[in-house]
Amino acid sequence: MRYAMAIDTRKCVGCSDCVVACQTENNVPVGFCRDWVVEVVDGTYPNVSIELRSERCNHCDNSPCVRCCPTGASHFEDGGIVLVEHSKCIGCGACIEACPYDARYSHPEGYVDKCTFCIHRVRQGLDPACVSVCPTKCMNFGDLDDPNSKIVNVLKNRKFKSLAPEAGTKPQIFYLV
Amino acid sequence: MHSRRNFIKISSIGIGATAITGGAIKWAIGASSSQKLSGGLKSSPVWKKVPTYCEVCFWKCAGWAYVTEDGQIQKIIGNNDDPQCNGRLCPRGTGGVGMFSDPDRLKTPLIRVSKDGEQTYREASWDEALDFIAKKMKEIAEKHGPESMALFNHGSSGKYFTHLLNAFGSNNVAAPSFAQCRGPRDTGFDLTFGESVSSPEVTDIRDTRCLVLIGSHIGENMHNGQVQEMSEAIDKGAVIITVDPRLSTAASKSKYWLPIKPSTDLALLLSWIHVLIYDDIYNKEYVAKYAEGFNELKEHVKDYTPEWAYGITTLKPELIRNTAREMANAAPSVLIHPGRHTSWYGDDVQRSRAIAILNGLLGSWGNRGGIFFKEGFKIPEFPHPEYPKPTWSWQNTLNGRYPFAKEAVTNTIIEASIPEDGKEHQIKGWIVSGTNLVVSIPLKEQLMKAMQSLDLLVVVDTMPMEITGFADVVLPECTYLERYDDLRATAHREPTLALRMPAVEPLYETKPAWWISKQIGERLGLGAYYNYTDFKEVLEWQLKQVDLSLNEMERVGVKKFARKTPVYIQPGLDHQFKTASGKIQLFSHELEGAGFDPMPKYTAHAQPEDGFYRLIYGRAPMHTFSRTANNRNLVALMPENAVWVNPQVAELWGLKKDQYVWLKNQDGVVSNFPVKVRVTQRIRWDSVYIVHGFGHHHKPLTYAFGRGVNDTELITSIKIDPIMGGTGMRGNFVTFIKDKPRQEAKS
Repeated sequence: MRYAMAIDTRKCVGCSDCVVACQTENNVPVGFCRDWVVEVVDGTYPNVSIELRSERCNHCDNSPCVRCCPTGASHFEDGGIVLVEHSKCIGCGACIEACPYDARYSHPEGYVDKCTFCIHRVRQGLDPACVSVCPTKCMNFGDLDDPNSKIVNVLKNRKFKSLAPEAGTKPQIFYLV
Repeated sequence: MHSRRNFIKISSIGIGATAITGGAIKWAIGASSSQKLSGGLKSSPVWKKVPTYCEVCFWKCAGWAYVTEDGQIQKIIGNNDDPQCNGRLCPRGTGGVGMFSDPDRLKTPLIRVSKDGEQTYREASWDEALDFIAKKMKEIAEKHGPESMALFNHGSSGKYFTHLLNAFGSNNVAAPSFAQCRGPRDTGFDLTFGESVSSPEVTDIRDTRCLVLIGSHIGENMHNGQVQEMSEAIDKGAVIITVDPRLSTAASKSKYWLPIKPSTDLALLLSWIHVLIYDDIYNKEYVAKYAEGFNELKEHVKDYTPEWAYGITTLKPELIRNTAREMANAAPSVLIHPGRHTSWYGDDVQRSRAIAILNGLLGSWGNRGGIFFKEGFKIPEFPHPEYPKPTWSWQNTLNGRYPFAKEAVTNTIIEASIPEDGKEHQIKGWIVSGTNLVVSIPLKEQLMKAMQSLDLLVVVDTMPMEITGFADVVLPECTYLERYDDLRATAHREPTLALRMPAVEPLYETKPAWWISKQIGERLGLGAYYNYTDFKEVLEWQLKQVDLSLNEMERVGVKKFARKTPVYIQPGLDHQFKTASGKIQLFSHELEGAGFDPMPKYTAHAQPEDGFYRLIYGRAPMHTFSRTANNRNLVALMPENAVWVNPQVAELWGLKKDQYVWLKNQDGVVSNFPVKVRVTQRIRWDSVYIVHGFGHHHKPLTYAFGRGVNDTELITSIKIDPIMGGTGMRGNFVTFIKDKPRQEAKS
């Protein structure tokens, strides 16, 4: 089992519903976020293009955050989901520095927090909150080891990319272009 | 530590990424994970699900409020059975809980008093506030007649105050949603097809093969169903053509983006009509069968060639021809979207007519992928005595103007509220429900004069919006999450009913609008119109009439019904349009009879003077009107608006990214607050763009106060549409002021 997301940049309108849904689902304090939207503008008027992307922890298979964590709070769960066990976290912030995606933040309660792929929902057979709320259905979540899953299907049939591949982290979030 | 975790990273800086193709798929699929498994997490608790429909915008998506054991609203999630949202609310709906939890909410009734020569508000009991309103309303009725009470409204609560005024003897009920928004579109389509496109619009975006957006920024306007359907259309490979001086989100997803010179849309539309007719690619069978006035139209558009339009629109003739061909190829599964906010330049009905005519020539009305026929489910009205017949109504305030206004025009009601000797139809009292007139109405001088002259101004709202500062009495309404409301009966592809019930008890001293209306009504001796103690009884009665029950609705939230009529024109069967002749009016005898152009003509509009830029305004997907700028669940996504400036213009003015500037318009009006500069290639060099709804100047909105700029304070030049009274607001131009203006801006 290997959980991943394939996000369709052709469909994303950057509305940030994913961000709000994550906050209300996971009690993310107002002013912080586990996911966010990036807009990249390219070209000169009128030959301009935009890419909109919903970003979050890439749940990397080769995770610098897990490697650098001195207490083992950052760890892998089933399906390759990278989690922070809050009770073990001392808030040192090494993982925040190590993450090439800026996916982690210091929670006001003293630990480091980030996207969990909504593991509590996934274990109930539900999609993560961001995926399930998206009005454009631009996000696909699923198991890369399941050849019949939609995510495998879209990755087979569409061009895609991942972020900062040069960091060698083997990210599990793919962007359909 | 990084300081870069600013809330949402909508910016032009992204992390570098390299596109890889199917060939390099190995890592994504097929490689096995090297990770071992470890311990579990606790599963989520069971929360109570309470049905509601959203009130953050007018789309009214049905959803579920999840309430925790300790009575907190944890989240709001869309109802899977609701075709208006398909289980997916937009960011504003998801963040709707912020309306409930806003610390700045109105908490108790307030009455204006004079204290040491200064006007202020004091807290009042409901009884005192309601008695005061009833007394004043009686005085107004005695002196001037009940018709002298008017209502301005938006949203679900308006219905209860409309009922109150109708029972009282007035039908002077207006909404900015007509003259300030969709009125021109509704009128233009009505004149052409005999009806308009409703709300939610009956646009078949889901199944279209070609979607044309002209002045509609779906994806930034978060009209949920339409955003979802546009995404579906992208999946299905529909051709999207977007006309916009700004690279909108939709434009960025389009096969064709037509970066038009602002104010010239009608020239483009006429040249598209020209190409369809003179290249002989219009839907001949459909036009022959359903339309009249084709020959007149053909003659009329003879000279509106793409070459003619090129000089006006700056769009290349080939681009105009190619896009017209794309539409023709897709016909009748093509939709020239009617838009929604269409009060731009004062000839807006005519522009909407041109859009309607294009749809008519292509055969989209009544065909899959064009415009479908709606069907709704009829819910009987709760019985009440017949309303008294007013001796005059809002039509009289038109004074012979705007003959095609089918709804009250806010500005003529406001005009009728300014006292004048011998004025026959004088308005003396207002109730304002759910609309922040100070921000939504242009022609502010007239508005201020009217508000100063009233004998009574009651504002009902959940938040201390600017308009509350002008009230004699402010009534705190509870939010949609704390009340029963009317059933949502939607006419669309599928007829549906949706229920809103309280997820939690109202906070503070707030009350539902139905209760407020009933209390005022009873004090006016209109108790017979409110034959219930709780609104729940109304719902129970209504549902019983159609063999449903409140219990069942509480369980399902949304009820769908089977259609009884076809969604599209049936092959082989005739179709009568709702016009007088039953045919689509390419040539409008109605307009001609009233002294207007029977077919749209291009008129040139004012252009910015040197150093000024056309002020274009629009929406952001995480905000609604001026209503959400204080919503803590949404503000972090966009705390303030920015003025979009083309890099060439920025260089000319020496403007840097994120620099704050003041804007000054052609009439010398300077913005109250400074606004951040966003230097971007997404905007034309002759225009600037700002998102509407910011720049609040009312301090009780503790978060929103002073953040960003309010576009409507800069909209002082208004072009009124003579056909229906719409207030065209796009003919305003601004320039930049880099240093703080010497004079304190007026508040």
